[in-house]
Amino acid sequence: MIGLKRIFVTLAMALGLTFGLTFAAHAIAPGEALNDPQLETRARALSAELRCLVCQNQSIDDSDADLARDLRQLVRGRLQAGETDDEIRTAVVARYGEFVLFRPQFGGHTFLLWMTPLIILLLGGFWAHRLLRNPPSKPVE
Amino acid sequence: MIAEIGHFVLVMAFGVALVQAFIPLWALYRGQSYGRDLAKRAAQLQVILLAISFAALTYGFLRSDFSLLIVYANSHEAKPWIYKFAGVWGNHEGSMLLWTLILAAYGAFFAQRAVALPDRFATMVLVVQGWLGSAFLAFLLFTSNPFARLLPAPFAGRGLTPILQDPALAAHPPLLYAGYVGFSMSFAFAIAVLTTDQPSRDWAKWMRPWILAAWIFLTLGIALGSFWAYYELGWGGFWFWDPVENASLMPWLSGTALLHSALVAERRDTLKRWTLLLAILTFSLSLAGTFLVRSGVLTSVHAFANDPERGIFILAILALFTGGALALYGRYLPRLSEDRSFAPVSREGLLLANNIFLAAATMTVFIGTIYPLVLDALDLGKISVGAPYFNTVFGPLTLPFIILLPLGPLLTWQAGRLIAPLNALLIAALASLLLVLGLWITQAGVPLIALLLIGGAVWLSLGALADLAQRLRPYGWQLVRQPWRLPATAFSAPLAHAGLAIMIIGVIAASMWQSETVVAAKAGETMEVAGRQLRFDGVREVEGPNYQAEQGQISYLSGPHQGKVLLPERRFYQAERGQTTEAAITSDISGHLYAVIGEAVAEKRVLRLWFHPLVALIWIGALLMALGGGFALRARMSKTGQGAA
Repeated sequence: MIGLKRIFVTLAMALGLTFGLTFAAHAIAPGEALNDPQLETRARALSAELRCLVCQNQSIDDSDADLARDLRQLVRGRLQAGETDDEIRTAVVARYGEFVLFRPQFGGHTFLLWMTPLIILLLGGFWAHRLLRNPPSKPVE
Repeated sequence: MIAEIGHFVLVMAFGVALVQAFIPLWALYRGQSYGRDLAKRAAQLQVILLAISFAALTYGFLRSDFSLLIVYANSHEAKPWIYKFAGVWGNHEGSMLLWTLILAAYGAFFAQRAVALPDRFATMVLVVQGWLGSAFLAFLLFTSNPFARLLPAPFAGRGLTPILQDPALAAHPPLLYAGYVGFSMSFAFAIAVLTTDQPSRDWAKWMRPWILAAWIFLTLGIALGSFWAYYELGWGGFWFWDPVENASLMPWLSGTALLHSALVAERRDTLKRWTLLLAILTFSLSLAGTFLVRSGVLTSVHAFANDPERGIFILAILALFTGGALALYGRYLPRLSEDRSFAPVSREGLLLANNIFLAAATMTVFIGTIYPLVLDALDLGKISVGAPYFNTVFGPLTLPFIILLPLGPLLTWQAGRLIAPLNALLIAALASLLLVLGLWITQAGVPLIALLLIGGAVWLSLGALADLAQRLRPYGWQLVRQPWRLPATAFSAPLAHAGLAIMIIGVIAASMWQSETVVAAKAGETMEVAGRQLRFDGVREVEGPNYQAEQGQISYLSGPHQGKVLLPERRFYQAERGQTTEAAITSDISGHLYAVIGEAVAEKRVLRLWFHPLVALIWIGALLMALGGGFALRARMSKTGQGAA
C-alpha cells in the first residue's frame, strides 16, 4: 500500500511541475459553498489544512486545480453527512497519504518537528540559568 | 562586444578578489604594513569592475541582445524598459551577479569609511570579504556565467514570467540581497574578532551599524515581497510560509536577535560569545537561503532555478564558510574576556530572553522548512509542513515574547527592579486585558490565541509609548521648541517595537475577520460585500504595452466611496504565454476591499471580492520597524566614528 501511495505522490509532484506553475490561484467557485454557515466555516478551515497535490505549496482552498475542487467537494459532502473533522482528515489521509496534511500529525516521525521550539526554549532557559548564577548585588545606572 | 567586456572584467574582478583574499593575509602574517592599503585598493577596484560588468549585462537587457543566453531566456523586445532593466536580476545568473556586486559594494564602503578602526582588524574584515567575493565570483564564472552566448541569435526572447513584471518585484530582490549580503559584514567582523589577539572591546560598537543596515534592508525587502504577493497572486494572502519566504525569514529572525545581543555586548561587555556565534549563524542562514532558493531543492512557487550542479557548489560554499567559521569560533573563543554576569531582572536579562525566543523562532522556521526534505531523504515518509503548522507554533511563541518585550527598555542595566516598569505599564496591562475580555465575549468562534495576541500587541504598543515618554522626559521643553534636535536614539526602539505591535494587529485582523464573496454576476447585477453596495458594470478589453487584458468594472453605489470604480484585470501576455490577475483594491481606514475577476461562465462572470480588515497595518508596521532601525543607525553613525567608519 505504501508503495502505491509513494507512486501516486511522485506522479502528483511531477504533474505539479507542469500544471502548478500557472499561479492562477482562486479559492472556491460560485455555488460551491455550503448554505449552512457553520459547516462552511469548518469546510474552509479543513480545506486550508489540506494540500493540493498537483500544485506547488497551495492548499485546496487556494487552488483552482481540478483535483483541489474534487477534494473540496469531498470535504463538504462528508461534512454534510455529519462526519467530524478528524474523521474527514483520516479519510483523506487514507486515500492520499500523510503528504496531504499541511499540519503533520504528531508521532514518532514528527517528534522533532513539533518539539524543537520547546527544546530550544528549555535549552535557552538552562543556558540563561548558568549565565545568571552569580547575580551582582547593586544596580548600575 | 559589450558583453565580452562584461565577461572580461568579471574575470578580472575574480583575480582582484583573490588578491584581496590572500595577499593582505600574507602581509599580516609577515608583519608587513602594506596589507591594509592593498586590501582597501582591491576592495575598491573590485566594486568598480563588478559595476562595469553589471552595466554591460544591463546594456544587453535594455538592447534586447538575444545573442546572450539569459537575455533570450528571460526578456522580450516588447517589454517596457523598466522590466527589461529589472529582468537583469529576474533570473539566476543576473541575480547572482547582483549579489556579488552588492557584496563588493559593502566591502568597498567599509574600506572607505573604516579609517578609525585598527589596521589589523580592518584588514581582516576585508580579507574575509575577499574570501566571500572569490567564492561567489568562482560560482558565477564556473557554473552561472551571465554572459554565455547563444549563436545564432534568435529573433525573439522568451520573456519574463508575467507575474514578475511588476514594480514591487523589480525592487524586491535588490533590497533583499542588500539585507542578506549585509550580514556578510557582521560575519567578517566576527572572524576578525576571533582571529585578533586581544581584540578591542569596541568591536560590538563597530559591528552594530552594519547589522542595522542589513536588518533594515532585509525588513524592507521581505515586506515588499509580501505586499507584492498580496496584490499580485490574486486572493490577498500576505504570507504563505513558503520555503523561499522562510529562507528570508530565518536570517531576519536571527538578525533581529543579533541586533539586540550586539547592543548588550556593546554596552555591558557580556553575551559576547553568543553575539559572535549569532553573527556567524545569521550570515550562514543567508547563505542557506541562497542555497535553498538557487539550488531548486524545494518545490515551491519561487523555485525558478533548477540545477543540481549549482546547488552542490553553493552547498560547498555554505559548508566551507559556516564550517570554517565555527571551527575558528571553537578554537579562538577562549581569547575573549569573560562575560560579565547580570541579574535576571535587568535589561540584559530581558534581552537574553528576547534572544532565546528569537532563536526558538528561527529554529522553528528552519526545522519546518527542512524537515520534509530530511524525512524524504532518509526514506522515512513524505510529509508536508505548511502554514497551519507554522501558525500553530508561532502563536504560542510570539505571545510570551511580546508580553515580556515592553519590560526590557524600562529596566535598568545589570540589576533592575520590576516595580518601576510595572507602575508605568499598569494602565497598559489593564487596557489590554479588558480588550481581550471584550473580544472574547463578542467574537465567538475566533481562537483565544488570536485574541490574546491582539491584547499582547496593544500592551506592546502602549509599552513602546511608555518607553518613548521615558526617553524624552529629560528633554522637557526642547520637545516643543526644537524637536528636530532631539537625539535619534530616543525614537529607534519605541518605533520598531510599535511597528511590531501594529504588524501583529494587522496580521491577526486580516486573518481572523476577512470576509469573502464569490458570485457569478451578469453586467448590471448588484451585490453587497462587507456592508458595501456594489454593482458589476461589465467587462471590456484593454490593451497594455505587452499584454491584452480583460478589465472588469465594479462601481460603488453608496457609502464614502460612492461613484468610485474598481477595475480588476486579467492580463494575457502573448510573448510569455502567461496570464496574471491584477486585483483592484479600495483602501480606507477599516481595511481593503479587494476585487478580482475570474472566468466567464455563459454570459455571467465570476467575481471574487474580499474584505481584508486592517491589512495595511502589516506593511505599515514593517515600515515603522525599518524606520526605527534607521533612527538607530543614524545615532550610531554620528556616535561611533563609523560615521567616519
